[in-house]
Order: sequence, then C-alpha cells, then structure tokens
Amino acid sequence: MIRALHRWPGLLALALVTILSLSGAALSVFPAAERITAPQAEAGLTVAALADRIQAVYPGVEQIRRSPSGRITAYWFDQGAPGAAVIDPATGEGVASADPNQAERWLTNLHRSLFLGDGGRFAMAAGAAAMLILSLSGAALVVRRAGGWRHWFAPLRGPLAGRLHAEIARIAVVGLVLSSTTALWMTASTFDLLPDGGSMPAVPAEVSGETGFALDQMITLRQTPVAELRELSFPYPGDATDVFTVKTDRGTGYLDQGDGALLAWADLTGWERVSETIYMLHTGQGAATLGLVLGLMALGVPAMGATGVVIWLAGRRGRPRIRGNQPAGRAKTILLVGSEGGSTWGFAATLQAALTEAGQSVHVGPMSGFAPERYARAERIILLAATYGDGAAPASAKGFLDRLNASDRAPNIPLAVLGFGDRSFPAYCAFAKSVAAAAEAKGWPELLALDTIDRQSPQDFARWGRALGDALGIRLELSHRPVQMQTTTLTLVSRRDYGAEVQAPTTILRFALPHASLWQRLRGAGFARFHAGDLIGILPEGGAVPRLYSLASGRRDSFIEIVVKKHPGGLCSGQLTALEPGDTVAAFLRRNPGFRPDRSRAPLILIGAGTGIGPLAGFVRGNARHRPIHLFFGMRHPDSDFFYGEELVTWQDEGRLTRLVTAVSRGARPHYVQDALRGEATQVAELIRNGARVMVCGGRDMATGVADALAEILAPAGLTPAVLKAEGRYVEDVY
Amino acid sequence: MKSILATLALTTALTIPGLAMARPVTLTTTLNNYGGDGAYLALYVTDASGAYVGSLWMAGGKSKYYEHLSDWYRATGGDTAQVNGITGASVGAGRTLEITLDLADALFDAGYTLHIDAAVEDMRDSPNEVAVPLTTDGAGTPVTGRRYVASFAYDM
Repeated sequence: MIRALHRWPGLLALALVTILSLSGAALSVFPAAERITAPQAEAGLTVAALADRIQAVYPGVEQIRRSPSGRITAYWFDQGAPGAAVIDPATGEGVASADPNQAERWLTNLHRSLFLGDGGRFAMAAGAAAMLILSLSGAALVVRRAGGWRHWFAPLRGPLAGRLHAEIARIAVVGLVLSSTTALWMTASTFDLLPDGGSMPAVPAEVSGETGFALDQMITLRQTPVAELRELSFPYPGDATDVFTVKTDRGTGYLDQGDGALLAWADLTGWERVSETIYMLHTGQGAATLGLVLGLMALGVPAMGATGVVIWLAGRRGRPRIRGNQPAGRAKTILLVGSEGGSTWGFAATLQAALTEAGQSVHVGPMSGFAPERYARAERIILLAATYGDGAAPASAKGFLDRLNASDRAPNIPLAVLGFGDRSFPAYCAFAKSVAAAAEAKGWPELLALDTIDRQSPQDFARWGRALGDALGIRLELSHRPVQMQTTTLTLVSRRDYGAEVQAPTTILRFALPHASLWQRLRGAGFARFHAGDLIGILPEGGAVPRLYSLASGRRDSFIEIVVKKHPGGLCSGQLTALEPGDTVAAFLRRNPGFRPDRSRAPLILIGAGTGIGPLAGFVRGNARHRPIHLFFGMRHPDSDFFYGEELVTWQDEGRLTRLVTAVSRGARPHYVQDALRGEATQVAELIRNGARVMVCGGRDMATGVADALAEILAPAGLTPAVLKAEGRYVEDVY
Repeated sequence: MKSILATLALTTALTIPGLAMARPVTLTTTLNNYGGDGAYLALYVTDASGAYVGSLWMAGGKSKYYEHLSDWYRATGGDTAQVNGITGASVGAGRTLEITLDLADALFDAGYTLHIDAAVEDMRDSPNEVAVPLTTDGAGTPVTGRRYVASFAYDM
C-alpha cells in the first residue's frame, strides 16, 4: 500500500516535481546573493536617522522598504519623474538599481505557476502535494526497509539505483517535507484560504493639520531600529490630511506629519506571523543559509526521479506472467507468494510451470489473499515467503499472519513453507520462520519442513524442488533463471592447482578481461565494472541452472579470478577445473554490493576457509590504501591447499595485509578458523570494540562456527554478532 | 495587445445615483514596459471633497495584495464587497485594459475625480497613479500616470 502510494504519485508528478525542485534550487541562490551584496545598516541605526538621511539626498522620497536580507530600497519622485534605488544606509545615497532581477522573476514565475496564471499555481500546488506524499511514503518505506527509525542511517544494500534513491532520500526528505508543506501553506494563503490578511489600523479621524515635522524627531521612528523596519510610506506632498505609514516586524502604525504623534497602531496577528515565518522558511528570504540548504536538498529530486524510474522498470521486468493459473477453488496445489520487490514471484512462476508440466493444477496468488475456505479441492498449500526489513511481512503477504492467528484452527491441508532471504542480514528469512511457527502452533499439518533460499540461489531452489517432488511422488526439476542473463565469453589465461593431496582438488582460474564497449563502460554494465566479492555466474554445458562463484579480483586488477573446488560429480566445477589456458566459458556478472568493504579506514577482520579465501584475497590485493586488514584463513594442510600462500607474504610486505592467522584442520591437532579466532580473542575483541568490521566467506558450517566463536569473544564487551550485523559491521557471504 | 472588454449591468452604486440616466463609458488604460509582473489596478471615484464614492474596476484577483493599492485600501478598509463582480485579471506590462460600463450622467461635470491606484510585486506601490476629473470636455483626452500608466482615457 505504501509502495503504491509512493510509486504512482512519483511517476505521475515526475515532471512537475523536477521543474519545482530545479527552479527552487536555482531560486535559493538569490536570497544569499542579496544578503552578501546589499549594504547593511550599522548596528543601532534608527528608522528616524535612516529616513532623514534618505530624505536629505532624495527630497521627493515617497517610500522606503527594507527586505528581510537587510537591503534598503527607496522610491521617490524628482520633478515628476519616478526614481528608485538600493540605498547605502550609511549615506542615504543610491548605490544600485532597484529594478527586479529578471532571471529571478522568470524563475519565480516558472516555480509558482509555470507562467500559466492561477491554473499553473494549482498545478504546482498539486506538484508540492505530490512531493509531500512522496516524502512521507518514502520515509515510511525507508523505515520499513531499515527495520525502524533507529536504523534511519544504517548502511544500505542492494542494487545501485535503489541504494542511491534511499541514500539521497534519507538526507533530503527533511528539506522536501519542509519545502512542500510551506508551499501548500503559501498557496492557501495566496488564494485567501487562510485568515492571514494584513491587519491595518483604523484610519485616524483627526490629524493635526500641520506639516513639516522633522523626521529625525519622530519618537516612534527614533525608537524603531532599522533591523525591524519593513516599510515607511510618506504622505503626499501638500496634503495636510495625509499621514506617515510605518510597518515593522511588530505591526503597522500611522504617524502625524505635523507633530510626529502615533495616531493609530495595529499589531501583527498570530496568523500573519505564522505565514511570514512560513514564507521565510520556504523562500530563504531572511534565512539565506537555510534557503541554500533547502536548495541543495531539492537538487536530490531529479536524481531520485531518475533512480526511481529505474527501480520501477526493474521491478516490472522482474515480475513474470503466470500462464495457465487455475482458480483457487479448482486447484489441487495452492501456491501463495509473499514478495516485496517481485523476485519471489519469479520463483513462483518457475514452480508453477514445473508443477503444471507434471500434470498438477496450480493456483498462484499473493499470501495476502489467503482464504482457506475457498480451497475446496486443494491437497497442499505451498508458501513462498520473502522477508522485509527486521522480519516484517513483505508487501504481498500483509495480513496473512493476522488472518491465520485469528482463525480457530489451521486448514487441514498439508503445508510447505519456503523462505527467501539473505544470510548476511540478521533477520534471515525471519518472516518465513514466523509463518512456520504460527502454522505449527495452530496444528497445521506439514508437507515439508521449513526450508530457505539464500540470495535467490537457483541451486537451493532446485534442491528444495527435488524434496518437494519426493513428497508428491513426482519428478520435479526446478531450473530457475532469475532473469535471462546475457553472457560474455571469458578466455582462461592461467590456472594454479592445489589440494589434490588432501582430496580437495581446487584450482585458481584466471581469465582475461573481456573487451567492454563504450556504452557498457558508460553504464558500468557487465564486466565493465566489478569488484572482488561480486559473483560470476556460469552456465555449465548440459546444465540448466547457473552456478555462482565469488570473484577474487576487481576490474582494476585487469583480470577475472575465481577459486573453484572440484566436487565429486559436480557438473560445473568439473568443467571449470578441466579448462586449459585458451579455453573459454560463457559467464555473466551478478553484483553483490552487500559483500564489499566499506570506504572507511576502520580495520577489517576477514575470516574465511577453503575457497572462501577468494574474495578476501581480492580485498587484500585491492588494499592500496593500506587499511589495517587481519586475515583468518582456515585450510586443510599448508603444503597442499594454502591458496594465495605466496601472494599473501608479498601483500604483507607491501603493507596491504597487517596480519595473517592460519588454522590447519588436518594433522595431529585439528584446528579450525573459529579456533584461531578464539586463540586471538583479546585482540579480536579489542579491534571490534574500536570499530573494526568483520567479513566472513565460506561454507555454512564454518560461518555458524565463526558466529558462535565471535559471540563468545564479544560477550564480555556486551556485543553480539546480531548487533554488529544490524550496524552493518558484520557481513557474510555463505554458500 | 490584449484588451479586456467588460460590459457591466446596472449594479453598482455609481451606475444608479438616484436618476436612472446613464451612458456607456469606455475606460482605456495602457501600461508602459516597466519590466515587472502583472500590475494590480484599482479604478475608483472620489467626490469634490475627496471622499470615496465607489469603485469602477479592480484588476487583480487576490485580495491579500490589495493593501498595496494603499489609497483605495485606506478609503475602503480593504472591503472586497466594493469590487464584487467588477474584478478581473491583473494587467501585464505594456498591455491595455479596456472596460466599458454604464456610468451615471450625474458623475460628470460635478467635481468627481477618477483615481487609479497601481502596485506591482517587488516594485513601487503607486497610489494615485492617475487622478483625472470626470468632465464631458475631458473625455477622449489621454493622460499619463506617475509610474506605470502610459496613457489613460475615458470615452463616451
């Protein structure tokens, strides 16, 4: 719901808010420029003294105005010819033209009405309203994504467009809310919808009838500092019944021109004060610095518009069409999807297609449409559930848990729950787990135990599909390809072999950097831009599902390197480890921005075992800034599978690696990487207390062991791996 | 040049001053190129003693800006009822405002004066921009305003 409230106003109002923000940003410069260039009155100068000075220079002066920037303008008639100038208050002399700045006038008219009069004003007000809705719904999305207000500034993960969108938004949203609410207030004020009109005192019935009282003797003007002045209007020459009108920050009054007496006074109303403050906040007139800040924030709007469109297009592409979907009342398999960004729908489509092909009748729908009373012929219910933020329900699963918990008992139809998530988040598949727990509590019969898919892994999904097929007594081969990947041909340059002696044959494969077209380079597409820790997908010959490997090099290294362990009977690893220099493979790049060192200089603790060393070695190799890096590396035997053994020594000499701690698991006393961590507990705890970041890469068991060891090490300091994960200081790449 | 032609029914006080004798009068106001946004103009009449009698036309629809038409505002207290039904758009620089309305014969040659107050955003307020006595002889004779009005004339 919130997402829809963000998407549609955003797309509809894109042009309007872009014009509003660009013209607003340009306009924000003028008050600051005026503040700098306008000659300012000396402290303590009174309106009486200023008016006297100006009248001495321009005897025909008719009006004196002071803008919020402090700029003083005088208007006069000299022998019937009108004159006006910006005044230097020190001399009363004109120093600059008082004509309106034509560029500012043009921008102002564009900004408030598109040069279209009242219709344009309404359109721009609608733009401001859209901006307000976008700001509020966007803030709600950021909060939901981050898992609460406390995490407003937590590091973000995910595709670049989404990250940029949220990064800009969480800084700019304050300014945009302020600018749009004040804009709406000002529009209401312009159209007389607010009782904030000027309060003028009643016209005095009697005046002295005299003229010529000296300006610098008028008590009211002598008591009013120039800083409070807004406007002083002079009586018509020769009209003894006319009066001086003075407007200040406090109100408006009439002064007798014969004796200087204050004839009438009216204070500003509360509404007027509020409206003037709002005018100042919106225009920056009288608050030039704030204006500049708001202008800068407004510049984020076009960037958010562009990234927003990219996100929307990507989301549209990501959600496939489901062919041959059966009505809920007729289907034997009910497949419900809880998806936030749309990728889980892709898995649902793959599963639906495979089940349909196997002769099943399948109904696919969102989890939010859960209605067990309608599933008349259903024999099984399958839930594919992603997680949002800190374990919240994703968009298409809203209300599912409430409905389940409110029901008397669960449907008597066997259930399988499959969670989708990212292991590097603390709340990994938390929503799927809550659903499974709630189902168990309601006594819902189980078809399959809860299983999870890490980072959209096609392998995980295929494995789960075989288990489902076994449970149904059919052969189910799920070959899910998230998006049709465009592959690039990579040519092997060199290979280094390890581990044969310890029954773990492993090869470091180095491929030549493929040529990237200019267009690819501009967009940073494919292999035109990649970092160590990104993933490379390889579709083995004769296989339907691509396998993912972590990159041990970045674009700057000018080669592509991966570490591949040959699995017994493994199709892809078998083909890769059989490659000889000159051979080629088809590969695509999958970005993995969640597993990348941040840009800070805080020490890094890298922990890996086996082929998990790959991306970690890449980080060390790319550490030209000599950031402190502590590497914990677990291997079987140093004589056999010490990957990058020689380079690590060189990198240490070059200052790219601060410390290397190894653990050897084969031998008299098996030692694992988590044991090595425990051995260095004091130093590890010290580093983490001082802001170090932890990055773990390797098998699932190792990652669990490392998390347990770190929990023990950090307990005395009152820290947990979960807290570090929430702060973005503990990330994992687990397979 | 854009011109605005407005024909008023016999509704305002000025058009029915007791005797139902009235004639159509065209008021033509041409602004000079003062280099600002559209001008607000108030056209109104005072009697021989200078007292406000009534308004003929208000060019400019947003009453929050009327206080800048300072003589008109002081005379009427900013009462928008004075210009109900006789309000139009503000007039751009270099443009012409042309209004035709039925004015009572009694307004002519009886000491009445037609005034125009003018104001432009971020520019000078110009009360009493034009002040011209209403006489049958003066009809068709253009006069120049103080700041914004290049020429004003009333024709019968």
